Amino acid sequence: MSARFRAGDAVAVRAAYPPGHIRTPYYIRGKRGIIERLCGEFANPEELAFGRDGLPERPLYRVRFRQQDVWPDYGGTPEDTVDIEIFEHWLEPAAREITA
Amino acid sequence: MRRHHDLGGTGDGPVDTRSHDPALWEKRVDAVRNLLGHKKLLTTDEHRRHIEDLTPEDYDRLSYYERWILSLSHHLIERGIFTADELGRKMAEVEAREAKDREQYK
Amino acid sequence: MSERVHGHPHDHDHARTFQPDHDDGGPMPYLQVMEIATRELLFEKGIITPDEVRRQIERMDERGRWRGARVVARAWMDPAFKARLLANGRAGCEEMGITDLEALRLVVVENTDKVHNVIVCTLCSCYPKPLMGLPPSWYKSLPYRKRVVREPRAVLKEFGLELPDDVVVRVHDSTADMRYMVLPRRPDGTEGWSEEALAAIVTRDCMLGTAVPRATERRI
Repeated sequence: MSARFRAGDAVAVRAAYPPGHIRTPYYIRGKRGIIERLCGEFANPEELAFGRDGLPERPLYRVRFRQQDVWPDYGGTPEDTVDIEIFEHWLEPAAREITA
Repeated sequence: MRRHHDLGGTGDGPVDTRSHDPALWEKRVDAVRNLLGHKKLLTTDEHRRHIEDLTPEDYDRLSYYERWILSLSHHLIERGIFTADELGRKMAEVEAREAKDREQYK
Repeated sequence: MSERVHGHPHDHDHARTFQPDHDDGGPMPYLQVMEIATRELLFEKGIITPDEVRRQIERMDERGRWRGARVVARAWMDPAFKARLLANGRAGCEEMGITDLEALRLVVVENTDKVHNVIVCTLCSCYPKPLMGLPPSWYKSLPYRKRVVREPRAVLKEFGLELPDDVVVRVHDSTADMRYMVLPRRPDGTEGWSEEALAAIVTRDCMLGTAVPRATERRI
């Protein structure tokens, strides 16, 4: 499976809320960030949790988010970030310009 | 809907910044979990799923390794490694032994 | 696991049930009973052995913070090694003879005068255990997992670490297959120190980003 995104791409985390074992934290759903790196390809934890093999492996990225884009009342400096590993099936391309 | 274990950005409360060494029984839980993994009887995500499926009350109230051992038992029963009945009987046997030892060392 | 209590031998191979862990005179807590019972059933069914349990505990105990600290010290002394470590954390550790890393995928993030990194797993407690053994209790605690992504500077202040506004704070939430270690900044006043002396000032909290190494703590 070839990777859809590269470092520097603007992406949005899908605003989906399925039940089950999900490794995309609730606080980051619907938020926009930038691909920091491709970590590699890994089996799907959502399937592994139920004793299945989670194949095919799929790309996992580290995505960097500005804290002020994540928390409405963020109290730190504007450049502060949170970096999170997110599987490709949770990401969509986003326009580079982030409007408020 | 946010699942109970998905804690990022929720709640408050001071962080106890000290570090406590795990008790021996806790190290044994950790060891058993790892050995089950080595023997392909438990994956990391199965283990996590069981912990996430604890009731919110248990999740908050139990200590870290208490959550682990409860979750491991659920997994081992679900997988058919032992039955709930076997575990119940063994736990009763352990309790009886422990009560006897306590009596002896009073 | 067979244990002896006060020199009193048991006539069959079970764990001593009278545990100092809960030595308040009351009955053993329900979940500690469950721990013993689960383990004994696993022994009886031939799934695991007492020897395996003991060896696994020893393995984890040996890991501790020294391995990570040595990697940090080497990176401080050798810029080319540091570059390789930052490109591939696991390969860097293996270069130093640390080869029992199981399936660990390690990302090393570097603190600079402009960037401070801090690690968390908000969803559970993921930590580079094959390298560094068991995580500190605060790392696994609910308040840390809840708060550090949202208010890292306030949480770091509770650890006694106050960062100026011109330093960017990066929180790393360990959500999937990667594990993280912070490469802290080498403090001033450590010029000429041996690798061992440098490693001695790198605490576990330094490698998680909730502390910084201090030259005043030289022990070697």
